[in-house]
Amino acid sequence: MRNLWIFLSKYNAFFLFIIFFVISFVLLVRNNSYQHATAFNSSNQIIGTAFSQVNDLKSYLSLKQTNESLAKENAQLRAQLKNSLYADTVESNKVNDTVAHQQYSYIVARVVNNSIHQKNNYITINRGKKQGITKDMGVICPTGIVGIVQDVSDNFATIRTLLHSESRISASIAGSNAFGSLVWGEGNYRPDYSILEDVPNHIIVKRGQKVVTSGFSLFPKNLPIGTITKTDKQGGNNFLDIEVKLSTDFSTLEYVYVVNNLMTQEQKTLETNSTKNE
Amino acid sequence: MSRVIIITLLRFFLLLFIQVFLLKNFGYYNLATPFLYILFILLLPFNTPNWLLFVLAFLTGLTVDAFYDTLGVNAAACTVLALVRVLFISVTVQRDGFDNEPEPSLGIMGFRWFFFYAVILTLVHHTTLFFLETFHFDEIQYTLMRIVLSSVPTILLMLVYEYIFYRKKER
Repeated sequence: MRNLWIFLSKYNAFFLFIIFFVISFVLLVRNNSYQHATAFNSSNQIIGTAFSQVNDLKSYLSLKQTNESLAKENAQLRAQLKNSLYADTVESNKVNDTVAHQQYSYIVARVVNNSIHQKNNYITINRGKKQGITKDMGVICPTGIVGIVQDVSDNFATIRTLLHSESRISASIAGSNAFGSLVWGEGNYRPDYSILEDVPNHIIVKRGQKVVTSGFSLFPKNLPIGTITKTDKQGGNNFLDIEVKLSTDFSTLEYVYVVNNLMTQEQKTLETNSTKNE
Repeated sequence: MSRVIIITLLRFFLLLFIQVFLLKNFGYYNLATPFLYILFILLLPFNTPNWLLFVLAFLTGLTVDAFYDTLGVNAAACTVLALVRVLFISVTVQRDGFDNEPEPSLGIMGFRWFFFYAVILTLVHHTTLFFLETFHFDEIQYTLMRIVLSSVPTILLMLVYEYIFYRKKER
């Protein structure tokens, strides 16, 4: 027993190393498989508060740009108002619209923490469970789409942005209905470009065409994602690899909208039922 | 003794603040991302007991992980860093010199020693960090490039920090 004790204390550094390395390795692996189902990330209350305090100071520096983008968006929305369109028919009677139901509602949120230089990038926003945000909601901004909600705490939420190696977002090319999935990573780590995969070879794709959301997933149809900058035909492959310049500028993200698809539940249950029946 | 503890605590908060609020936003296309916070572990006093060294390294790593959303990666890298620190110091520093050399800083140990110390420990830390983050050997060239390109700004920032808080040893 005494010898064992001497042995342990003589090489204590090594044993301590093993203990702590195993702990951190277990944390790392668990964290990967349970999709961050843990308190130790930026949607944690303390860390979220710290980020938002610093962000309060930082937001003054970009007040001008934020104002400009909000004003621009206001103008855009104003143009869509009924009274700014020229009506060439006379409205005779009011119709209570029972055909169109609200499918999407939006929750505005401020970005309190942002990263674009990591291998997997996340942003944190200052809205959470209490404001009605749940996991797997889509997040957009005035210029394009941002990502998917990954973790929620009471007042904060972490978002997996497009700049994440596991983000796959269904996108289609404007004009044609060809769709594919938008991925990032795997040799492309520029924060303003992404790759559109799985578009079949026979589709004719030109540079400068717009890429929009397909409406199959969490996002409403036809939201802008970016423009095509390069199309590569790979030998022996049936699919095109299309480089897309993202319209969202992730480095200056300030305000985002969380998309609440009111019919997600219905679509999900239907789809899981049909896969079960196969 | 209490003075050392206060200085160490202040250094911890300062380096952590720089890391998560400033350096997290720096970087050259994911290739060069400095990790200055490891300087905290590098500068712990020589007479820190091993268990305390490992606990502090682990906790520092965990704190940075919490801000980076990479649970376990930095903690593991810091644990490896602590082991290499113990080995490096036991090889290069004589035991009897401990009383008048409280901490391995640039002013006390001299440029040559500190530079080697920083380079080796940074490389070890970054190697562990980036390989754990990628978790496979597919893009080994890319990972190696990240390790080397990130070490350069890390070491430069360490030297800058050391010269800002320069304290010459009265020997």
